[in-house]
Amino acid sequence: MISPAHYIALAVILFVIGGVGVLIRRNALVVFMCVELMLNAVNLSFIAFARMHGTLDGQVIAFFVMVVAAAEVVVGLAILTSIFRARKSVSVDDANLLKN
Amino acid sequence: MTLTSAEVTLPAVGAVHAAWLLLAFPSFGAAVLLLGGKRTNAWGHLLGVTMSLASFVYGVALFAQMLGERGAGRSRDDHVYTWVPAIGRFHVPIGLQIDQLSICFVLLITGVGSLILIYAVGYMAADPDRRRFFGYLNLFIAAMLLLVTADNYVGLYIGWEGVGLASYLLIGFWYYNPAPPVAAKKAFVANRVGDAGLTLAIFLMFAQFGSVSFAGVFSQVHNASPGVVTALGLLLLLGACGKSAQLPLQSWLLDAMEGPTPVSALIHAATMVTAGVYLIVRSAPIFNLSSDARLVVTIVGAATALFGALIGCAKDDIKKALAGSTMSQIGYMMLAAGLGPVGYALAIAHLLAHGFFKAGLFLGAGAVKHEMNDEVDMRRFGGLATVMKITFVTFTFGYLAIIGIPPFSGFFTKDPIIEAAFAKGGTSGALLGTAAVIGAGITAFYMTRVMFMTFAGRKRWDDGAHPHEAPPVMTSPMVILAVGSLCAGGFLMFSNRLIDFLAPVTGTPPLSHGFLAPISDISLAVVVAGAAVAWAMYGRREVPVTAPRGSFATVAARKDLYGDAFNESVLMRPGQWLTRLSVFFDNRGVDGLVNSVAASMGGTSGRLRRSQTGFVRSYALFMLAGAVIVVFALLLVRL
Repeated sequence: MISPAHYIALAVILFVIGGVGVLIRRNALVVFMCVELMLNAVNLSFIAFARMHGTLDGQVIAFFVMVVAAAEVVVGLAILTSIFRARKSVSVDDANLLKN
Repeated sequence: MTLTSAEVTLPAVGAVHAAWLLLAFPSFGAAVLLLGGKRTNAWGHLLGVTMSLASFVYGVALFAQMLGERGAGRSRDDHVYTWVPAIGRFHVPIGLQIDQLSICFVLLITGVGSLILIYAVGYMAADPDRRRFFGYLNLFIAAMLLLVTADNYVGLYIGWEGVGLASYLLIGFWYYNPAPPVAAKKAFVANRVGDAGLTLAIFLMFAQFGSVSFAGVFSQVHNASPGVVTALGLLLLLGACGKSAQLPLQSWLLDAMEGPTPVSALIHAATMVTAGVYLIVRSAPIFNLSSDARLVVTIVGAATALFGALIGCAKDDIKKALAGSTMSQIGYMMLAAGLGPVGYALAIAHLLAHGFFKAGLFLGAGAVKHEMNDEVDMRRFGGLATVMKITFVTFTFGYLAIIGIPPFSGFFTKDPIIEAAFAKGGTSGALLGTAAVIGAGITAFYMTRVMFMTFAGRKRWDDGAHPHEAPPVMTSPMVILAVGSLCAGGFLMFSNRLIDFLAPVTGTPPLSHGFLAPISDISLAVVVAGAAVAWAMYGRREVPVTAPRGSFATVAARKDLYGDAFNESVLMRPGQWLTRLSVFFDNRGVDGLVNSVAASMGGTSGRLRRSQTGFVRSYALFMLAGAVIVVFALLLVRL
């Protein structure tokens, strides 16, 4: 029998993988994917709790998160594209013009 | 002590309505000359003289109207405008008080002042800055007129400061030479010390009486405690000491000789130094109530009379010898003023007579200096009597007047002061009287010395000098002043004329003064003895061109009796140490505190800045850590 605890454990694992990816990867695209992974880990926990309580609140919030994530992807990819055009690189460490 | 009737001052009538014209004439002259610039160069000096004469004529008109009045009608007050409308208790209307005392000063300032201005037309003829000079002179006269006609202490104070400013500008007139600006600064600083006294006196008056007008203060002064009255008297005396070059603020007067000679004449005869005497006499109701303050005034006066006379003995600079004599003569006036109601009128009488003969002496000295290529060392004069006859005669008149030979004016005005000092009675009276007699003897000595060294004996001047008589524009004022030196004293003192005239302001003297024959004879004998000694030393013997080393006393007197050394060691050096200490404390203490706070902030932020790496990942790590901490904190609070 798969209990909510299993879903939560999976969500935590996914979230940690995403978080570590954000922290250690330099490729902006991979960082971006890791952010998505973290968002979806959270979505998974929302759905699991909604199912457990038998209400729709968590499912509705999961939809909201998806909408926000979609919007974020649009803006974020646009920024990435223009950075790549300007600097021929998608490494987050190269985007440091504001320092100093 | 009864109050004088000076408080009874009636509203203005007739010419007094426009008493402000007195000040307006010279102020207008000063404004035109100083603001007009080079455009007024051609006729500036004429405007200056005209404005001063106009003021004099108006003063005579006021005087004539006053003589036509009787009793209280002689003291009139012309309200000009309200300077400070009532703010709480503070209310300063500016008014001009034309009474017996102020009219004496008005006539002296404008009369003698005009003569000096006429003389200056000739004296400064070759100076490219003559127009500026006359602008300052008019400013001087205007300020002095405000000083003596204001009906309250604040108005008096404005004039007082104006006089200080004008004297500063005039002493430093030849600012391109090194000495005059220094002398001007010294005069200004010494005057500021005195001004502080006057300022505090005015503050104290307002605090005690809620008024700064003469009428307001004098009507309430008898309600004040004796300590307050004495403090007022001493503060006013400090102010008077600054302006009148009395001990201990005397040192500026000798240096002030750096100014052009007409300025010296104006400062010493008509304006400036007389202001202190005026202040004391005007504040008679205050001094009447405090015998302690009066005693200090007499001591200061007697000490300065001797001090100035001693300095005059050793000076080879003719102007500085005369400056010493001014200090000494003002000392006599202060001595008289300190004697109370007996002496106020005597002080004013001597002041008026002194105005004539001292102006005459200075103008004579200026004429000599002018003809001797600006030489002032008397050891390089000699034998001038034959080449400058008019100057010689007028100078002689002034000389006989200052040493007090009858019938010249000094005799009639100085002897009553000596008598009044003796009449004070007690030990102090005897001491003051003796000091005054000795001072008269020394005066005779140094003035005779000046006469012999300048006009008698062999010619000692350089080959380059070709002295001859000064032009008429310079000699005619000298002649008029010489006539004044001859007649003024006798005219003023004849049957107590001036004393009775001033009585409503200065109070009626308790006993009338005839000539006390023995004292008069003694002082005359001392004067003759002093003159005889000077003749023996400088008339009979040849005067060496270079000064001999001289005795200890001579050396001391040449150095102004160490007045400057005293100021330097007692005031200047400790002042410098105090400054250095303050600077040290400021740099290390106050600045150190502020700077260390700033430095520690800077250091901390420098260290904090290193955490700003510019790597997005590290910021993300900080965010994560922060989020984790927040979550744990929430959990902790929940549990």
